[in-house]
Amino acid sequence: MTYAGDVAALARKDLLLELRAKETLPSMLLFVIAALTIFHFALPRGTSHAAALGLLWAALIFTALLGLTRAFVAEREQGMFDALVLAPCDRSAIWLGKALAVLAFLVAAEVVALPAFAAFFSGVDGRTVAAVALADIGIATVGTLFGAMAVAGRARELLLPLLFLPMAIPIVAAGVGGYLWFLAGYDAIFAVLSWAAFEYVVAET
Amino acid sequence: MRLPALATACTGLVGLALALIFFYAPTDADQGFSQRIFYFHVPIALTSYACFGWGAWKALRYLRTRDERADLESYVAIHQGVIFGALTLVTGSIWAKASWGVWWSWSENELVLFLVLFLFYCAYFMLRFSVDAGPARANMSAVYALFGVVLIPVSFLAIRLSQKFIHPVVFNSHGPQMTNAQFFVFCVSFAAVLTLFATLYQVELAGKRLDAHVRELRELLT
Repeated sequence: MTYAGDVAALARKDLLLELRAKETLPSMLLFVIAALTIFHFALPRGTSHAAALGLLWAALIFTALLGLTRAFVAEREQGMFDALVLAPCDRSAIWLGKALAVLAFLVAAEVVALPAFAAFFSGVDGRTVAAVALADIGIATVGTLFGAMAVAGRARELLLPLLFLPMAIPIVAAGVGGYLWFLAGYDAIFAVLSWAAFEYVVAET
Repeated sequence: MRLPALATACTGLVGLALALIFFYAPTDADQGFSQRIFYFHVPIALTSYACFGWGAWKALRYLRTRDERADLESYVAIHQGVIFGALTLVTGSIWAKASWGVWWSWSENELVLFLVLFLFYCAYFMLRFSVDAGPARANMSAVYALFGVVLIPVSFLAIRLSQKFIHPVVFNSHGPQMTNAQFFVFCVSFAAVLTLFATLYQVELAGKRLDAHVRELRELLT
């Protein structure tokens, strides 16, 4: 199989699993709506658009974290990792397939979250949508790599937020300001780095 | 053994730097006596970057050579980096209190960057201690350490984009904005802190190696 074929097969497997088990996406959707509701009560009445927009970013990062925590659970619990590592495909294909599946979940959650935000608080402009889309790529690439690291440890669910949140600070800082070029650069740098590093994370030697 | 010589040099340099800072360096016309903390704060911060850089270099060496010593060296360098990073946060806070009247200023980019790096590298220890020792742990630690050095410039840019710039810019494209006497004291102080790092690095490394050696011997006996 070609590299693209491997990636497509792996991403398809994750999406199929989700379609049948319906574990991750519904919880992400519920979480983001509940978080926005909490923010409505946390913010004082008549808050500016800028303050609400900042909280939208916080909600999106934490929702992504929820999805990323689940990303490799099936692999670890059912011993899939060993099989995947043994499979005759490039190991970075495992990362790319998983990152694509995570990206699909993120986009699906945001298709609901952004209109909900617009309805609850104030409208979102095209720049915010573009920034969120670019941020998703960065979150999916780095998050998938760190997710694979976190499941190897004993702390698992506890570890991923600690590893991932410092990496997400630049995303939020630039996303709130709407610096699209910065987000694109972040995506490019860390996608290449994660793609190259994944092999070492799953290798046992 | 290099360690005693290094420790002697370190003691001498730190003593010299302290003497110069308190008795030789000119008092700043604008900030007065409190400006002297500059000679601690900036060398410690730069040393902390040097630690993280050295740790990442050793991590890269590990990924290429699979030498277990490089993994240990990378860990020790990052451990020292986090200690110097914590000191940077503390001295920066004290300086901010003395010169701006607040303990913490979000508009001070360097300080915010150190907070981000401190959070990032503290998670390094969580990662390292939650995975069993072995090649898998060494690999992950190395990958994480490499992400760290890439995160430094990326975070710095993001923080700079997101806020105003009020931090005193001592080094700019026209060279250091200091008098000759100030620059001399700064250099001595920087050399002292770097030697301090080298000494602590060697001490911790020696301890960790001894620890590993004892464990090997114990396993042979049982």
